[in-house]
Amino acid sequence: MAKVDWPAADKRTLLGKRISRVDGPAKTTGAAKYSFDINRPGMLWAKLVTSAHPKAEVVSIDLSAATALPGVKASWKDEQVKEVQYVGQILAAVAAETEEIATEAARLVRVEYKPSEAIIRDSDPALAKDKPAAREQGKVEEALAKADVVHTGNYGCPVITHCCLESHGQVTDFKDGELLVWPSTQNVSRWADRLGEAVDVPQNKIRVDCQYMGGGFGSKFAYDRWGMIGATLSKQTGRPVKLMLERDVEMLIAGNRPSAYAKVKLGAQKDGLVTAVDTEVWGTSGVGGSIPDRFPYIFTEVPNARTTATRIMTNRGRAAAWRAPNHPQLCFITMSAFADLAAALKMDELEFFMKNAALTKDRAAVYQEELKIAADLIGYKQKAHPRGDKAAGPIKRGLGISMHTWGGRGHPSECDVTIHPDGSVEAKIATQDLGVGTRTCVGMVVAETLGLPLDRVKVEIGRSEYPPSGASGGSTTIGGISVSCRTAATNALNALLENVSKRLGVAADALEASGGAIRETAKPSNQISWKDACASLGPNPITKRGVNVPGDSEKANLTSQGVGGVQIADVSVDIETGVVTMNEMVAVQDCGLVVNLKLAESQVYGGLIMGITYALFEEAVYDVRTGQMLNADMEFYRLAGLQDVGTLKVHMMTGKDYDGRGVIGLGEPPVISPGAAIANAVANACGVRVPNLPLTPERVLTTLSQKGGLA
Amino acid sequence: MKSFAYAAPKTVKEAVALLDDSWGATEVLAGGTDLVTSLKQHVTEPQRVVSLKNIKELKGIRSKGGSLIIGATTTLAELIENRDVARKFPALSIAAQGIGSPQLLNVGTVGGDLCQRPRCWFFRNGHGLFGQQGETSLVREGDNRYHAIFGNDGPALFVNPSSLGPALIVLGAEITVAGAGGKTRTVPAAEFFRTPKAATERETVLRPNEILTEITVPMKGLKNATYEVRHRHGLDWPYVTASVGFNLKGRQIEEAQVVLGQVAPVPWRSAAASLALDRGTPDETTASKGGEAAAAGAKPLSGNAYKIQMVKAAVKRAVLAAIA
Amino acid sequence: MTDPHDAPEPAPPEVTNVSRRGFLKGFGAGTVATSLLSPAAMREAAAAENGGWTGPGEIPVSLKVNGTTRQLRVEPRVTLLDALRNRLDLTGPKKVCDRGTCGACTVLVDGHPAYSCSMLAVEAEGRAITTVEGIGTPEQMNAVQKAFVEHDAQQCGFCTPGFVTAATGFVRKHPNSTPEEICKGLGGNLCRCGTYAGMLLVAADLAKAKGGV
Repeated sequence: MAKVDWPAADKRTLLGKRISRVDGPAKTTGAAKYSFDINRPGMLWAKLVTSAHPKAEVVSIDLSAATALPGVKASWKDEQVKEVQYVGQILAAVAAETEEIATEAARLVRVEYKPSEAIIRDSDPALAKDKPAAREQGKVEEALAKADVVHTGNYGCPVITHCCLESHGQVTDFKDGELLVWPSTQNVSRWADRLGEAVDVPQNKIRVDCQYMGGGFGSKFAYDRWGMIGATLSKQTGRPVKLMLERDVEMLIAGNRPSAYAKVKLGAQKDGLVTAVDTEVWGTSGVGGSIPDRFPYIFTEVPNARTTATRIMTNRGRAAAWRAPNHPQLCFITMSAFADLAAALKMDELEFFMKNAALTKDRAAVYQEELKIAADLIGYKQKAHPRGDKAAGPIKRGLGISMHTWGGRGHPSECDVTIHPDGSVEAKIATQDLGVGTRTCVGMVVAETLGLPLDRVKVEIGRSEYPPSGASGGSTTIGGISVSCRTAATNALNALLENVSKRLGVAADALEASGGAIRETAKPSNQISWKDACASLGPNPITKRGVNVPGDSEKANLTSQGVGGVQIADVSVDIETGVVTMNEMVAVQDCGLVVNLKLAESQVYGGLIMGITYALFEEAVYDVRTGQMLNADMEFYRLAGLQDVGTLKVHMMTGKDYDGRGVIGLGEPPVISPGAAIANAVANACGVRVPNLPLTPERVLTTLSQKGGLA
Repeated sequence: MKSFAYAAPKTVKEAVALLDDSWGATEVLAGGTDLVTSLKQHVTEPQRVVSLKNIKELKGIRSKGGSLIIGATTTLAELIENRDVARKFPALSIAAQGIGSPQLLNVGTVGGDLCQRPRCWFFRNGHGLFGQQGETSLVREGDNRYHAIFGNDGPALFVNPSSLGPALIVLGAEITVAGAGGKTRTVPAAEFFRTPKAATERETVLRPNEILTEITVPMKGLKNATYEVRHRHGLDWPYVTASVGFNLKGRQIEEAQVVLGQVAPVPWRSAAASLALDRGTPDETTASKGGEAAAAGAKPLSGNAYKIQMVKAAVKRAVLAAIA
Repeated sequence: MTDPHDAPEPAPPEVTNVSRRGFLKGFGAGTVATSLLSPAAMREAAAAENGGWTGPGEIPVSLKVNGTTRQLRVEPRVTLLDALRNRLDLTGPKKVCDRGTCGACTVLVDGHPAYSCSMLAVEAEGRAITTVEGIGTPEQMNAVQKAFVEHDAQQCGFCTPGFVTAATGFVRKHPNSTPEEICKGLGGNLCRCGTYAGMLLVAADLAKAKGGV
C-alpha cells in the first residue's frame, strides 16, 4: 500500500524538475479563452455608470435617455443608494446589443448629486477620525534613553492598485433557471457564495467556470457588485451578458493596496544590535479595510517595541488584499529605518542585518545563510561602499538589502483522481490557475504518484462542480492542491494495487508504480505494465478523492509554513536627472519542497519585477478637489517594462533541510522585499534617504535638493 | 465614444472641403493613435471624422532643393528609417525613437505628432483644456508634477506633448498647411505652436478647416541633438527634453538654438540659452552654461520645481551630444 | 455528462449583427447590386450620394484577417480590436488599457505591429491583419511562441499574445537584431505578473534565430 508522503529526492521523476507549463502553448497562441474572451450566442454587453463625486447625496438616477437609445436591452440602477462615498461607486448599468451602444448609453444616464466635502488626502494623520491603536512590548522610552545610538526617520508608500491586465468582471448566462457564470476569479469554488440570494436563484443552480484568468493578486475572490449586476441583467433579458470593468473603473474600485506613512525611532547598541523600535504609522485603505500595523517587520524579538497606528478613512475606493497583504509596506518602512540606523552607526549594511537577524523568531539561521548566498551572488564584497558613492560623474551606484517572511500554508482542498480501464487518468479539482502553473502542478503530482509521464494525466480545473478547493490567496494553493492531488492519486493507486496484487503474487503494500508499470518494490522484474494493470479493472474505472486538511498535512510533513527570503539590489542613480536604473537584483528564497523548479523560479522573478515596479513607478495619484484618480489608466499609472528591470538572479533554497519541510506557497514572499532593497540601494548610492516610494526622478531630485546631495 | 460619420477622401482638396469652420464638429484622423483615445475619453466628440489614409500626396519623404520634405502622414517609423534623417537630423531621429513603442511608431504620423492634444490629466479626465472647475484651476491647486514651468502665466498650464516639435524648430523647419480650395500657406515651425487663451482653442495655428500637409526641413549642416530625461524605458512620456542645434566654426559655437520640450504649453525656445552658447567653445563648461541659462526664469508650480534641474541636465547633455 | 458550459461555440457574430440591422440601412435608396461590389466600393457609392460621408450607422467593411477576407458591418467608431474580438471572435488580442499603452491588443498590420485598440476597423480595410491566432497554433507554434513556452515568459498569459505578436513582427522586420534591440522592440508592451526574466531569454534566442520566425 503506497503511503501518502513525498518521494525521496532520488526517486522523483517529475517533482522539483524544470517542466514547461502545460497550457503554455494555449496561452502563447491565443487559444486560451479567458473569461473576458467568452462570446456567447446573442450576448449583450453591459457597461456601468459610476459616481463622478467622492462624496455626495444621490438625488436621482434617470435611465430614460439611456434606455431609449436603440439597441439598449436592459438596465439596472441602485434603488437603495442615498449617498456615494467615492468616485467610481457603481450606481447603474445598461446592457445593449453592441459594446459601442452600451458605452454610449451608460453616458446618457443622468445622475443628480448634491456634493459634500470629501476626505481625499491620506498623508496627514490629523485628518483621521479613527482613534489610533497602540501596542507595546517592553519599555520603549527607557530603551531609547539607554541606547548608544538613536535614529529617527520618516518613510512612506502610497496607495497602489492591482492593475490586473484582465479587468474584473464576468460573462453571465441565465438559461432554463440555471445561472452559468464565467468570472475572472481566484476563487472558483466559492466565487458565487451568496450570489443566489442576491439575485434570487437557488444556489444549487449556479455554476462557475474559469479556465484562464488574467491576474488577480488578491483582488478577485468574490462575485462583487458587478457579479450581481451581470446576473440581474441576464435574468432580465434571458440573454448572456458580458460585463467587464473599464480600465479606469478597475483602477478606482476593484481594490488597491493601502498606503503607509511612518515615523520610526530606533535605538541600538554600539555593536549594531537594535534594542528599541517605536513606529507611528498612518495611511488609508479608502472607505474600507485596515492599514499595515505589525511593526517592526520580522524583527519580532526586539525587546522593546511600540506601534501606534492610525487609519485615515478617505473617500476613495476600498482596499483589497494585494500580493502579500501589508508585508511590502511593513518591510519597506522597517528595513529602510534599519538601514539608516546602520548608516548612522557607520556600519556595513550586510554585517548589520547579519547581526540583527538574531532578532527574528526561529529563522535567524535561514536568514544568515541566505544573506551570505545573496551577497556572493551580487558580488557584495567587491561592490559595497559606505553611504554616498564617491565615484566621479553624475552616476552613483549603490547596494541595498532587505529580508522578508511569509506563511504559505496550504488551504483546504479536495481532488478526485480517476484511473480508467484503458490506462488514461484524469484529475478533477475546482482550483484555478492564476498564472502560477497550478494546472501543471496538479498534473505533475498525479503523474509522479502513478509513475506516469505528465501527458498521460488529463487535468480539469476551474469548474465549481469539481471537488472544492480553496481560494488562491496568500500563497496557499500549491500546499493545498499538492496534498489533495497526491492523496487522491495515492488512494486511486492503492485501489489499483489491490486489484493486481494477486496477479503479481505479492501483497499490495509490496508494490509500487514506477516507469509506466506496477512492480514489486523489492523485485522490480516482477511487474505488469500500467496498461495491463488498468485493463484488469474490467469495466469500472477507479475514482478516489484526496483531501488536504491543513494541520494534518503539516503533521505528516506534506506541507509546512513560514519561509524567509533575502534580496539585494544594485542600482544607479543619475543625480543630475534623478533617474534610478536597476543594474541587478538577487533573490534568495526558501519555499520548502519545490514542485516545479521552472515555475517556482518564475514566481520569484515575477515577485522581483512586480516589486521593482512598485519601488520605481507605481502610485495612485488622486486629485484632492475632485476625488478623481488622475492616473486611472496605464499611461501615467506606470508598470515597469522589459528594459527597466536589469539583471535578475534567483537562488532557491533547495536540498534536504528545506524540502524535507514539505510544500510551501511561494507567490507572495518574493514581492515583499524589493521596495526596501531598492530604496536602501538608492540611499547607499546617493548618500541621502529618499523617504517615499515610488523612487521617481522628481522624488530623487527633490530629496537631493532638500538634503544637499551626496552626504 | 459617440458615433460619427466617416469619410476617406483621396485628395487634400476634397479633404479640406469636408472640414468645418469651427473646432470640434469634424476631426482629422491620421494614424489615430491620439484621436481614437481622445474620442474614447470624450476629449472631443465630433459628428464627423475625415480620414487621411487614402491621400497619397501626404505620404513619404523626398528631398528637394537642399531640403527634406516630409509628408504629414509619413509614419514615425518611416521617419526613423530615412537615411537623411538619421544622418543629418539626429535631433529629430532621437526624439522620434524616444517614443519607444514600435506599435506607435508604425502607425503614428509626423503630422499627428505635431497636432496631438496635450496629455494633461485634468484635461483627459474631463476638466477642459485648462483643467478648471469653475474659476478654480485644478492644475494649480492639485497635482501638477507634469505641468509647465515656463509660459504658464495664463490659464494654459499643460505641456505641449509633441516629440518632434522642439527638434523641428531647432532645425529651422517650415510647416505647410492647406486650407479652403486646397490653397496652402507655410509657417515656420517656431510659429506653428501657440498657447491657447481660451479652452475652446487649439494648440497650433492650424485653422479648423485646414490640414497639415508637409514639413520642410532645410539641410543646413547644423550640429544638432536631442536629450530626453526619461524614467521608464519603452513607451512613456519624457519628463523634460532639450533639442539643440548650432554651427561649429572651428572651436566656436554659432547661431545656437535651444528648444525645450515638456516644459511649457508650446515647445519652449530659450533665447537665454542660445545666447549663453553662442561664441562658446564646444565643451562641458559651455554646455553647462547653456543649461543654467535655459533654466533661468522658470516659474515652477507647486509640484514641479524638480524640472528646473532636469532642464539644466538635458540642455547640457544635448549640447555635448551635438558636439560629439 | 452534458454541461451547458460546453454549449457549441457561438455562430460567427457578424452574421447575427447583420440580421439585427437592415443590411442596406444607412445607404442611399439608389444603391443596387451591392453584392457585386466590394465594401469599399459600396461605401464610395453611398458616400457619393451623401457628400462623401458614410455612417454613423453600420457600414460594410471587409477585413483581411489571417489570410481570410471577412465581411462585416460595423459603425465607423468600432475599433479594429473590438471588431476582431466582438464580431470575429478572434480573442487572442486582448483589451487591457484600451488606450494604446500596454500592447495587449497588438496585431500585425501589413506585417507591422500596431495597437488594434487605437485603430478604427474601417481604417484597417485593405491591409493584411495578422492576429496571434494567425501566427501559430498550439500544435504548430512559431519560433517566438516556442521560446515563450520554453523560457516560461508568461504567467497569467493575458499580455502574452501581444508580446508574441510584437516580437514576431519585430524580428521579421529586423532579422539581425541583438537581444537588446529586440527588448527595445518590445517597448510597446507591458506585463503585470513580471515575466520579463523569461523574455530576456526569449530575446537571446530570437537574436540567434536571425528572423527565422
